[in-house]
Order: sequence, then C-alpha cells, then structure tokens
Amino acid sequence: MDPGAERTQSNGHTKVAARDVNVYYGEKHALKTVDLDIRINEVTALIGPSGCGKSTFLRCINRMNDLIDGAKVTGSIVLDRQDIYDRNLDVVQLRARVGMVFQKPNPFPKSIFDNVAYGPRIHGLANTAGEIEEIVVTSLKRAGLFEEVKDRLEEPGTGLSGGQQQRLCIARAIAVSPEVILMDEPCSALDPIATAKVEELIDELRENFTIVIVTHSMQQAARVSQRTAFFHLGELIEVGDTESIFTNPSHKLTQGYITGRFG
Amino acid sequence: MSDLVQQLSRSATADRVQARLKQRYAAERRFRAYGVVAIGLALLFLVTLLTSIIGKGSSAFFQNEIQLNITFEPAVIDSEGLRDPAAIAGADYQALIRTALGSLFPEDTDRASRRELIHLISQGAELELRKMVMNDPALIGTTRPVWLPVAAPVDQLLKGHMSRNTELGGQFNARELARIDHLTGQGLLAAKFNKWLFTQGDSRQPELAGLWGAVVGSFYSLLVTLALSFPLGVAAAVYLEEFAVKNRWTDIIEVNINNLAAVPSIVFGLLGLEIFLNVFGLPRSAPLVGGLALTLVSLPTIIIAARVALKAVPPWIREAALGLGASRLQMVTHHVLPLAMPGILTGTIIGMARAVGESAPLLMIGMVAFVVNIPATPLDPSTALPVQIYLWAASPERAFVERTSAAILVLLCFLAVMNATAIFLRKRYERRW
Repeated sequence: MDPGAERTQSNGHTKVAARDVNVYYGEKHALKTVDLDIRINEVTALIGPSGCGKSTFLRCINRMNDLIDGAKVTGSIVLDRQDIYDRNLDVVQLRARVGMVFQKPNPFPKSIFDNVAYGPRIHGLANTAGEIEEIVVTSLKRAGLFEEVKDRLEEPGTGLSGGQQQRLCIARAIAVSPEVILMDEPCSALDPIATAKVEELIDELRENFTIVIVTHSMQQAARVSQRTAFFHLGELIEVGDTESIFTNPSHKLTQGYITGRFG
Repeated sequence: MSDLVQQLSRSATADRVQARLKQRYAAERRFRAYGVVAIGLALLFLVTLLTSIIGKGSSAFFQNEIQLNITFEPAVIDSEGLRDPAAIAGADYQALIRTALGSLFPEDTDRASRRELIHLISQGAELELRKMVMNDPALIGTTRPVWLPVAAPVDQLLKGHMSRNTELGGQFNARELARIDHLTGQGLLAAKFNKWLFTQGDSRQPELAGLWGAVVGSFYSLLVTLALSFPLGVAAAVYLEEFAVKNRWTDIIEVNINNLAAVPSIVFGLLGLEIFLNVFGLPRSAPLVGGLALTLVSLPTIIIAARVALKAVPPWIREAALGLGASRLQMVTHHVLPLAMPGILTGTIIGMARAVGESAPLLMIGMVAFVVNIPATPLDPSTALPVQIYLWAASPERAFVERTSAAILVLLCFLAVMNATAIFLRKRYERRW
C-alpha cells in the first residue's frame, strides 16, 4: 500500500511514521520493509500469527530491540519529525516519551507507591515529595486502580492480582507522561474480567496518549482499536481502519487470518 | 481380524511390563540403598572427626592452677621503697614463689627438692605476679592467696594425658608425685578456664601459648581480603553480566575466571611472594600481604557467585526499568543489584570462609613465623589460625597436641558461624520468581 495515499485519507495527524524498516536478528530477517503510520490519539492494533514480526515492530518504536544481541534495525522511524534511530538521539529520553507495557505484568518488587513514583523520580519530573505523591495519585486514578489500592500504597506491588498488576504497570508508564504507549499483548496473562477492565482503560487513555497495541485476539483488536495493521511472515500485509479491515479486508491473507483459517 | 491382533499384542505388552516390573523395583531399591550407605559413611566420618578433635582438644580450654599464699615482700620487690616502675618490673618474683612453696613443704630444704618444687610452677607465674604488682603497687607488703599456672607437665599429668609411671613416659619421680597428690588433696590445685589460650600470642611454653595473635592476624587478613575482593568482585561481575558485549573476548575472560577458581592456592601464594614482597617490597609476614594473597584466592569465587546471582534476576525486571527510561547504571543500582545482593553476600561469605581456612598462600609470604606479640596493625608480623594449627601440630610437647585440637575447634567454630550467616541470609532474603 502506498503510504502517501494512506496519509491523505486520514484526518488525524501522524505521530509515528515508519519508513522502510527492516530488522535482522543475526541471519534472520524478522521484519521486511515495513512502512506504517501511527496516528495521534488513536489506538493502533498490530495483529498477525505468531512470529509475524508485530512485537518486533513494536519494540522498534522505543528501541527495546537495542537490548537484543545481534539485532540490527535499518530504515527510519520518525516521532514528531525526529528520527529515533538518529545517532544523536538519546535512548533514555526516547523511552521517557514512548512508554511500554509488557505481556507479563512486571511490577518492581517494591511498594505500589514506589512502582509508580520510579519513573518521575529518575527523570526528575517532581521536586518535592508532595509533587511526587500528586503524580502517583493522578496516575493511579487514570489507570483506574486508585480506589482499589488507596489504603495500601506501601504494600508490595507484586502482591496485587494479575489484572491489578497490569493496571499498576500502566499507571507506572503514564506517570512519566509519555506521548506514545506501546502495549505488547497486555491482556494475554489476564482473565476475561481483568481483560475487560484493561480494555476499557485503553479506550479512556486514547484521549491523551497515542497507543500501539500488539494482540493475539482479533476480538480485542476489533474492540479497542481504531486502526489495525496485519503482519504476516515479517511483512506488513494490510493496514486500515479497524472496521474496514474486519468487514472488508482487501488482501486474501488478511481475510484468511481474521476468519480463522490460519494463525 | 485386526482387532484381534491388537488385543493380543496389548496383552503381550502387559506381560512384558509385568515381567520387568520386579527388576525395575529391585533396581530402585538398590539405588536407594547406595544413597543411604553413602550418607551414612559421610556422617560416620564427620562424627569420627568431631569426636576425635573434641576428645583431644576440649581439655585445652582448661588449665590447672595452684593456689599459693604469696607475700609481696617489700625487700624483694622494691627494696628502696621508691615505687619506681623500672625497679618493680625488674624484681625477682620467682623468689616470692619459692618462699610460698617453701612454706607449703617446709621439710624439703635440699637443693634438688627446691629445684623440683619450682619446676611445678609455670614460668608464666612470675609474669602474672609482676603484672599484678605493676597494676596495683598497693599490693606490696601484703600477703594474699593467688592462683598461678602450673607447669605444662604437671597440667598434663593432672589431665591424665601423662602416665605416673616413668617407664611409660612419665616425667615425675615418686617424691614429686607425692607432692602433687598432697597439693591436690589440700584443694590447692584446680582446673580453671584457660585464659592464656584466648589472650596470648604463641609461646614456647605450652601452658602460656595462646591463639589470640593468630585470631587477630586472621581477622586483619580477612578484613583486607573483604575490603578488596568484595568491591572488585562485584564490579567485575556487574560489568561482565550487565554491560559487556558478549563476544569472543568476554568468553575468554569467563573461561579464565573459572580456571582461576580451580588454581591451587599455593600458586597464588607464590604470585603474592613475587609481586607483593619482591616487587612492591611490602613487609614480610604481615596480615596486609596475607590479605592481598587471600584476595587472589577468593576473588574468582566471588565473581562467579555474583554472576550467578545477577543471572538469577529475571530479565523482565531489566525491561521494566529500561522501558521507563532508566539508564543502564540506574537499572543496575536501583533494581538488579539490590535483588542480587543476598546471593552475592552468600557467595562472598563462602569465599571468605575459604580464605580463612587457607594456609598455603600464607606460608609462601612468611606468615608462618613464631610470633609472640599480638599484631597491633595489619603491618605487624603475625600468623593466622590455620598456620598456627600447622605450627603447633609440628611441636613435640605433649601439651601442644591438645592445643592443636583446640585451635582446630576454634577455626571450625569460625567457619560454622560464617556458613550459618550465609544460610541465614539466603533463607531470609532469597526471592523466588
């Protein structure tokens, strides 16, 4: 699909623009010439069968692939007119702007309060204890967790239930006030009720953040996202409005996947 | 037809399984029996070792003393009455003991008897009296009962380590034995806690020889070892695990660290001798150099233990921190290192326990000398506990046999305390993911 034509169709601004992105893990060519625009204040879902490169693409956006030995990324990913693979870009600063929520809830083995306060503390976002507390409370409220934990902020975050832990991780991510939040299958370790809560939360967060979510569940993609991108064997097959992807896919691979013929 | 075949083959399988079942259970029983026998043997050796050491060594914690009525004669101690410390220090305290002994055995006035009498008492008794008077000159002119150490042969006889029969290695003739029995009968001889063992340095007189010099020497060495090997080891492990790029060079370094952990410690002693003494010219026999040599011994152990502890911290902790925009150093100091610390400390204590029991590298750098003084600083000549054991084990006196075992007991206690601390830390702070 021609990205230029794609952009003229959209009415939102482009927050992240990926052009000609290739990722190699050693010999393996994991992501092949991907062009994709992520629009501001929208939820973009990345779907596709296992090993299709959707998580790889997600981890390119905050350069978490840098951590993998032998991983090599070519092409450009532009965040607000700044190439994040530019040599002069500071990766610490980038990750403050692009937050991430992982597949397995991974709170630090510290108190609930310290989990949320960690990001603001290392980035120096608050000068006084009062400001820190304000950020923690606001973030927990926005993550819809405050009412459940307000009496036990000093208890360890690892003592919460799985769904609460994942919302704690979301609170921890938004405490830094990022512009983009990346979510790597955030509900795959959660039960249906916790999943529903997180999905509801994602929908609310869309107002203030640009969200990219990788998911295995097509129902989830249909429920939470405005736009969907379908990956297959390292290639971006099709991207478009979620409704049209699910009702009227233009590529027969997409159709095969969403109707459950493979994947 | 095919159903029938299947049925037949199925029952044949069952029969074969049945036939082998007995064999399989027998093999399992045999295996368990081997395990029980192995553990039983290990326990037997442990019990034998401990009974032997405790049996031989426990008596060394007591020392027989004699109660004498000492008159602190002014004419002997301080004839001019000036209370001059130099004069008091140089006085003839043996004369006081001779007088006191003479009053106990008034009929033994011949030279031979008097010599036998004074040989009942340790040479340390004079030092004890001098110390008493130096500390409190007001004693001069008074008479009071004082407990003084007896000579080592008397001590050994009273403890039953020496035969009363001269043909069986006894050192005392009938008259001497009668005197000792007389004193025992009057309650003037008694076994008391052996304070010399825990307050004195080495001595040629077994009854005055102590472990304290070796304990202090070991303590200083260990302090130097800990101060060097803990920060160096942790820094090396953190760098290799968290920062270094994995390539052929880091592989070579890893292999070599593992090899160093297996190098015999005497080799490190030779290295220490060459580098610390010959090149840097550091003092011989000093705990500082001992500590440096022991650092070489314990460093690979600590690095390996710290790397294992760091590896055990799950990768998602690192991802969570980096995903929030923490730098690598922040990730390590805020999250990874605190979580790995119990494991690192356990490894360090085990490394220290190995260092405290090492003697070979200390022999090489000269910590094997006969040192009477308690080292005041890590630069003073000293021995260490395992070396002191080695020295005493080589001494011919019967009284040193029990002291060797006592020193081994003290060393084992140190090791037990250190290992217990390691286990406590592990149980208390260990995390399971």
